[in-house]
Amino acid sequence: MKRVTLALTLALAAGLSAQAADAQTLKTVKDRGTLSCGVSQGLPGFSSPDDKGNWTGIDVDLCRAIAAAIFNDPTKIKFVPLSAKDRFTALQSGEVDVLSRNTTWTISRDTSLGANFTGVTYYDGQGFMVKKSLKVNSALELNSASVCVQTGTTTEQNLADYFKANNMKYEVIAFATNDETVKAYEAGRCDVFTTDQSGLYANRLKLANPNDHMVLPEIISKEPLGPMVRHGDDQWFDIVKWTLFALVTAEELGITSKNVDEKAKLENPELKRVLGSDGNFGEQLGLTKDWVVRIVKATGNYGEVFDRNVGAGSPLAINRGLNNLWNKGGLQYAPPIR
Amino acid sequence: MSTEARKPPPQIALKIRRALGGKSGWNGIVVQFAFAAILGWIGYEIVSNTRANLENQHIAAGFGFLRNNAGFDVNQTLISYTGSDTFLRVFVVGLLNTLVVSVVGIFFATVIGFIVALCRLSPNWLLSRVGEIYVEIIRNLPLLFQILFWYLAVLAALPNPRQSISLLGIAFISNRGLVIPRPIGESGFEPFLAMLVLGIVVSLGLRFYARRALFERGQVIRIWPSVLALLFGLPLATMLVFGLPFTFELPQLKGFNFAGGSRIIPEFVALTVALSTYTAAFIAEIVRAGILSVHKGQMEAGSSLGLSRGATLRLIVVPQAMRVIVPPLTNQYLNLTKNSSLAVAIGYPDLVSVFAGTSLSQTGQAIEIIAMTMGIYLLISLVTSAVMSVYGWRVSRSLGA
Repeated sequence: MKRVTLALTLALAAGLSAQAADAQTLKTVKDRGTLSCGVSQGLPGFSSPDDKGNWTGIDVDLCRAIAAAIFNDPTKIKFVPLSAKDRFTALQSGEVDVLSRNTTWTISRDTSLGANFTGVTYYDGQGFMVKKSLKVNSALELNSASVCVQTGTTTEQNLADYFKANNMKYEVIAFATNDETVKAYEAGRCDVFTTDQSGLYANRLKLANPNDHMVLPEIISKEPLGPMVRHGDDQWFDIVKWTLFALVTAEELGITSKNVDEKAKLENPELKRVLGSDGNFGEQLGLTKDWVVRIVKATGNYGEVFDRNVGAGSPLAINRGLNNLWNKGGLQYAPPIR
Repeated sequence: MSTEARKPPPQIALKIRRALGGKSGWNGIVVQFAFAAILGWIGYEIVSNTRANLENQHIAAGFGFLRNNAGFDVNQTLISYTGSDTFLRVFVVGLLNTLVVSVVGIFFATVIGFIVALCRLSPNWLLSRVGEIYVEIIRNLPLLFQILFWYLAVLAALPNPRQSISLLGIAFISNRGLVIPRPIGESGFEPFLAMLVLGIVVSLGLRFYARRALFERGQVIRIWPSVLALLFGLPLATMLVFGLPFTFELPQLKGFNFAGGSRIIPEFVALTVALSTYTAAFIAEIVRAGILSVHKGQMEAGSSLGLSRGATLRLIVVPQAMRVIVPPLTNQYLNLTKNSSLAVAIGYPDLVSVFAGTSLSQTGQAIEIIAMTMGIYLLISLVTSAVMSVYGWRVSRSLGA
């Protein structure tokens, strides 16, 4: 009977029971043999499948880094594409182990959803995209415009705040998925498409004539995007948090996917600590001593990940800006590994 | 030696036994209670388990969030709504949007369904083929696909607001929707409205009186001239006394969009068209089956009385067919209402979209919001069923069945 009750509870209570009972996410992942990673339904640069079905993007690479640290194999991942409004339920119910889906860190999400943000993978801000033919040069000229937006996002609320604060009227048309939103914008249902600025550049590539559209200069919000894990499993929280820090630290120390083996042989005390020949930090996380080596070999350091997916080496060609290292004028900063 | 008269067994106990235990008697009652207890226990386990887990994970619970500010906007609101209203208000806004699309959809689905059914039954070869093709195409394509088709087809075909199609310079069609002049009440509005209502009430009373006279005394009373006078003459007369009841605010192109006037958004049009044409295909089949279920002798009897085909259908066949039509028709009405939740695909702000979608992801309170949404859909469906049952009962009663 207990089993029947459990099954019913699972079904009826949105599957909140089974996962909540055991907080051993690392053990669950190891037993299962794959990491379950919640990603977007297709946002170039962050998480989107290529023509062969391989997922790429910054958010995807974070999951690959976690999988590499656990299994020494960045392919042992099951990607679960989630819409903006389904993402938190999927994390709460245990359908995904980590939600790495361009999600903005806000206090309400951090406190009321039963989940925690582990860090910031990308510092973003909300912007607007319009057709060049409208001859608009500033977001302040958008009075009475129709705006397409994806539902269940901070974007939707920032939009309401911005137009209210500037005493402008607008019409909002909200869609459940990013693709529907872009399609409606392209069909002319609205004058303006709004989302995080990185997303605007990414989505512009999907349009038939990207050059007919422009991103307005205004950035109207702070959108720190980061991965989330469930409450109640501090070890797992630490693993996800330090995987990101490992990527940033590697860039800071000049460790790349190409030179990681040579760097590991050097007699530099900091390199020895980070790369595992000195101390047992990886084991304290529940991983192995060479966890950083595994991560960097799989995905490269943070700079490599950025360049490959959204930076100079990608069609998006976004500047590092806020996402540069702290000692190069940006905000990316990792606590020391010692 | 006298024999005592046999007492009848205690009636109340017998009734309880029969009501609860059925044929199995007292054993049956034990089973019933055991079953109820198990159900209750399962329900209790589910609720308490969920509560415990929510608490363990520190997920906020309860309905307190309904008083929080929503902070997002909705593009079609039947009641006033701004981003600084509460989630409860969002719930009502979404519910009204669902209801309006359902009611309008049901109306058009019924009208189109009856017309298509009559086409299919028509002796005219072309008409009946057209009806058949309509039914076979529409009911065999997925509804979501049809909604997207209407939405994207409507959008693609329409120009942007600056090149909008003008209808006599007062209404405009563009890919932002249909903008029409909005009536604004003037001083003469209230008397006008009062007279209109009075006219409708008195007309209905007259109709009731005329029908009574027809059925009870066989007396035919001509009421349409007085109805015409009541419905048009009376309000016109008040207009002459009190002045114009309302003036129209004309829409004008201003910046990106039209300012002023009322607007019907394309999402609403696409959803209504898709829902009503789709459901109409099913209603047409139900109506056809209902009409065919009436013996063809009834039709012949009508003809032999000298009634036209239309009059026979209207006065003799359809009233009898309604008994068969109403129950499955109710199902279609319920389907249409529930299918309106597909609105989320084209950005029409119905209950599922703004409440079970946006509000859910803004607050993260899945269990409360889904429970409320399920509850309200259940309520809408039960009310619809109840209304249709009463109607069905009246139809049967009026036929003396």
